Amino acid sequence: MRARVLVVDDDPALAEMLGIVLRSEGFVPSFVADGERALAAFRESRPDIVLLDLMLPGMSGIDVARAIRGESGVPIVMLTAKSDTVDVVLGLESGADDYVVKPFKPKELVARMRARLRRGEDVAPELLTIGPPGNQISIDVPAHTVSRDGEEVKLTPLEFDLLVALARKPRQVFTREVLLEQVWGYRHAADTRLVNVHVQRLRAKIEPDPERPEIILTVRGVGYKAGTG
Amino acid sequence: MVTVVTSPPPGSPSTASRWLRAARALWRALTGWAAGVAAGMHGAWRRSLQLRVVTITLVASSLLVGGFAYVIADKITSILLENAQTDVRLRLRNGSEYAGKQFRTFSQPTEAQLQDTIDGTVNYLAGGDPAQSSGVVVAITADKHAGIIETRTSPVTDLGPLISPEMRASVAAGNVAHQIRTGALGGQRTKYLVYGSPVPTRFGQVELYYLVPLARQDATAADARATVVATGIALVLLLGLLAALVTRLVVTPVRVAARTAQRLSAGLLDQRMVVNGEDDLALLAASFNQMATNLQRQILRLEEMSRLQRRFTSDVSHELRTPLTTVRMAADLIFAERDGFDPAVARSAELLQAELDRFEELLTDLLEISRFDAGFAMLDAEPTDLVPVVHRVTERLAGLAERVGVTIELDVPDPPVIAEVDPRRVERVLRNLVGNAVEHGEGRPVRITLGMDQSAVAVTVRDHGVGLKPGEEKLVFNRFWRADPSRARQTGGTGLGLSISLEDARLHGGWLEAWGAPGQGAQFRLTLPARAGDRLATSPLRLVPADAMLPFGGPRQGGLLAIGPGSAGALAIGPAEGGERAEVTS
Repeated sequence: MRARVLVVDDDPALAEMLGIVLRSEGFVPSFVADGERALAAFRESRPDIVLLDLMLPGMSGIDVARAIRGESGVPIVMLTAKSDTVDVVLGLESGADDYVVKPFKPKELVARMRARLRRGEDVAPELLTIGPPGNQISIDVPAHTVSRDGEEVKLTPLEFDLLVALARKPRQVFTREVLLEQVWGYRHAADTRLVNVHVQRLRAKIEPDPERPEIILTVRGVGYKAGTG
Repeated sequence: MVTVVTSPPPGSPSTASRWLRAARALWRALTGWAAGVAAGMHGAWRRSLQLRVVTITLVASSLLVGGFAYVIADKITSILLENAQTDVRLRLRNGSEYAGKQFRTFSQPTEAQLQDTIDGTVNYLAGGDPAQSSGVVVAITADKHAGIIETRTSPVTDLGPLISPEMRASVAAGNVAHQIRTGALGGQRTKYLVYGSPVPTRFGQVELYYLVPLARQDATAADARATVVATGIALVLLLGLLAALVTRLVVTPVRVAARTAQRLSAGLLDQRMVVNGEDDLALLAASFNQMATNLQRQILRLEEMSRLQRRFTSDVSHELRTPLTTVRMAADLIFAERDGFDPAVARSAELLQAELDRFEELLTDLLEISRFDAGFAMLDAEPTDLVPVVHRVTERLAGLAERVGVTIELDVPDPPVIAEVDPRRVERVLRNLVGNAVEHGEGRPVRITLGMDQSAVAVTVRDHGVGLKPGEEKLVFNRFWRADPSRARQTGGTGLGLSISLEDARLHGGWLEAWGAPGQGAQFRLTLPARAGDRLATSPLRLVPADAMLPFGGPRQGGLLAIGPGSAGALAIGPAEGGERAEVTS
């Protein structure tokens, strides 16, 4: 099946060029140039992945990402002209899964999109449990559900992958680089802020007190690990 | 402290020495206290303009008033004395005339009536004095008829200590003489003005003396002196107070100005002074306020410019990057299809692709630099293990190193080297340093050393290429600086790499330094504080590599260096031969 891509970008030349590249790579792109109409276009085209420019007329990319995240866990890749921490972190916190900084190479963009779309390959029945006693969450890997006290916790696919990667090897400390490679599928993408922001987002959803995490622990100077009993 | 004395046993010598010790301790304490007080006063003297002005006024006016008081008191005393002398001289003359008349009838000192007449005369002269109660003593002596005519005084008293022998002799020789002498007549000591005059008679000469006490004049003079001194002291104090008030009037606005200036420099730009009246101090306040207003305007203008530049940077960033992305993608597409083109177009596609890479790099670096210039760069510090960072940089540059035939040696400790740094920036700096070293390494090994101590982490990157000429270790950090403009570039750096690295190091509060010598290669050292925000004092690694040759041939491997007399009396520096030496470490 050819993946549908929604491109939200106000620059017509860039949008057209993206269209050429994406079609040649086997995607089915649709376009919207305006933040206000992005959500309507999203509902209408029901894409498998969204490419979102951060600077848009009408409604900023960050608001669009938040709105889409409000009703769907579909992967969002931000296109940003700025690599400043504030912009990147703000974008990631608003719900984007990844970002590419302009000017990007088409191959890099496509690789990242494919990494976000490559899912549901491991279907072996697997049920994981992590967290200290009394504060445990269970993960049903094939069903893509996470629950605590029998109540389902809604995670985006990326957050789910991150949690599964940590939960499969409890007690092992994962460096940010290893997580980038295992979860995002990047061998050389150096930006560890991706990991930091997503761990924070994940904690906000599964930890009773995100300020004092018990399920996903920080190992100072090294990385993260899953907390166990 | 407990002192155990075993010998000598308690006795006088040890008591004495104990006293001596106690006295010494007391002396030390006293001198210490005095020194402390003196230092405190010196400090106050240096700090307080008011204290200086008041002290100088007090000293100067004391001298002046003291001088005046002395002159005035002296004048009063001499006038009083002169008056008394005139008075006594007059009485003496009258008395001597009267006595002459009384003694006229006698021709021999042995005449029977003479003794009574002398008594009568003395008593008359003393009694005739309306101010007898003031203690005037009248005396008649006859030195030439000693034994026949006895000395008579009224009231009866002993003249001996009051009239000096010299005076007696002078009067006996026929002169009028006077002196001032202090003596006790009837109990208490008083100052007397003594006048003596010869009284010629037919039987020879007798002497008449008047002794006038100066108690009244003394008291008057003392009164006058006391008044003068009191007035003087009051005047001095008043002047001091006046000086204090006047300086206070001037110093207070100056202090206010100083405080306001401090607040201004602390960033409170709307601080102003109160302007009162139109005098010099008001002028000071007004000028100060004008300066502050101008300063404020300038600072706000600069802030506005900085804000605009930041905005411009951001805008340029976005505006340039979006079309560049489109061009980039188009170029990639054309590049991928170049096999189907004729050779000239295919080569053009290759050139377009390569130059787009360079353009992108340059744009990225330029924006990064302008972000630093605008003060917009932010440190994103987190505890980071630098060992994997070094490994990652090395792996990333392994391809380039292999192409130019350089081996990269690592001297990295096994345990994690954790510091609060911004990993992206540190990695960028190291990538830059190692990339430069590999590029300029001339095929010789490049060595990366990682070190840490309590407060800092450091990385040195050593190459053995052409090295740096003296002075170039500062120039390398200049923007677009090239050691040799004619030299062909291999990897085509932007010329901004080291400038950005230096800014990255500074953003951490760290150092980036270079060492190099012609023919010996170069070494770059990055030192960062282990905790973000700390100040660096030293680096765990040396900037000058141990294998560097110093101009005078040593030391190598950290050996000792000797300085001493060489041939022909010159000073020589060279490797030490061993033996006892004082070592100076830098």
